Amino acid sequence: MEQRPSAILRIAAPLRSLVQRFMYLGLIIGAFGLMLIGKIDAVVIDKVRAEVTNVVAPILQGLSQPIATINQGVENVKDLTIVREENVRLKEENARLLQWQMVARKLEAENAALKALIATVGDKKPRFISARVIAGTLGAFSNTMVVNAGSAHGLKKGQAVLSDAGLVGRVMDVSNQSARVLLLTDINSRIPVVISSTRTRAIMAGNNTTRPKLIHLPPNARVNPSERIVTSGQGGAFPPGLPVGVVAAVSDGGVEVQLHARYHQIEFVRVADFGLTGFVDTSILNPGAGTSKPQRR
Amino acid sequence: MNTALWQKLDQAARNITPFLLTLVLVFISVLPTRIPIYAEVAPVLALVAVYHWAIYRPNLMPIWAVFLLGLFQDLLSGMPLGIYCLVFLTVYGLALTQRRFFAGKSFYIYWMGFVVIAFVAAVESWLVGSIWHFTLLNFETVLFQYLVSLGIFPIVAWIFLRWQQTFLHQEYDAAG
Repeated sequence: MEQRPSAILRIAAPLRSLVQRFMYLGLIIGAFGLMLIGKIDAVVIDKVRAEVTNVVAPILQGLSQPIATINQGVENVKDLTIVREENVRLKEENARLLQWQMVARKLEAENAALKALIATVGDKKPRFISARVIAGTLGAFSNTMVVNAGSAHGLKKGQAVLSDAGLVGRVMDVSNQSARVLLLTDINSRIPVVISSTRTRAIMAGNNTTRPKLIHLPPNARVNPSERIVTSGQGGAFPPGLPVGVVAAVSDGGVEVQLHARYHQIEFVRVADFGLTGFVDTSILNPGAGTSKPQRR
Repeated sequence: MNTALWQKLDQAARNITPFLLTLVLVFISVLPTRIPIYAEVAPVLALVAVYHWAIYRPNLMPIWAVFLLGLFQDLLSGMPLGIYCLVFLTVYGLALTQRRFFAGKSFYIYWMGFVVIAFVAAVESWLVGSIWHFTLLNFETVLFQYLVSLGIFPIVAWIFLRWQQTFLHQEYDAAG
């Protein structure tokens, strides 16, 4: 009687380990398969990712709340300790900014008068949607953020995402209640920019480090450190003139850009709806989303 | 009958905790931490969990669960799908083969095991990521991320050790 269970075990145990081994191998092949699918059909993967993120978003939001609270507490204490120096600094800055304000007012009036004179077409006024950052990963592998606003709030793929400091990235995929933002530092990010003083056009390409690089600079272009970089508006993805960063270093390796946006500090972002179509006409990819054109008869 | 059912339910609830705890770690690792330099080298916490459960309770952390956790990590962190599936499976497989070695050894040996296996994981993720993107990714960041994960390891491992002593005590504790 006592022999029987052990006999079963003697057969079952190796069989079990064999099944496990096959499963292990199968899942590893599955992982490679997923990578391959991601390479072949990124749209499907993006869709799945957006839906899963949408489901998990409430959990992430709940978990990110205490972190935000702790952070605010720490910031408060920090602010209290430096309140005097900060006051002096702000007074100086205020005096300087008041001067700039005067200059800006004068230029604004002059600009308006000149524009009226030559009857330019004005840029579209954007509509801003503010959203909280509920998840985000920076680093060597991916640089994205998840915000708690989605298509229900008017977010669309390709829209520009801004913080108080400057451009953050663009909306990468959208679900109903959440959206993923591709940051400027991500290896997949390509933004048409212009160096504001020389009007030299270039593409700013992310490389998964904190400093994206300028590529496709015109030959013999002269770029100097600390020159300001803004979006060029080419390609119709972003409106022109959004602040991006400054030239940090120029070397043989390329031109590195120091971004205005401080990614680890960002708590809220503004998604700007400029009414532009974006890099790609997404209505081709999902015909239901785009405005349907009247049929020709 | 009724008590037996409740006992079964209780046991099932306890047995699913390794998976759920690891899932929570996946969520935590994608939260925005807002700590200046840490944000860029924030470790993949679930790596510690996969290593831990592979050594202490592989029966409560089946292979498909490891794959699923990797998939979640990939989906939420915006990685190319499949990379962390592969990395988690590698860590799990390596830890499982060395399980007998770790049985009854001190915490430091257990920690050193992670030092080695996490390095393999870091190199693997960097290599696969580089191939996927068809460009060399910044290894420095990966290396720092690895070092940070070594520092975080004792905290997470300690919590898990406590957890299994308190809630999973019905199971055999010694590995092997």
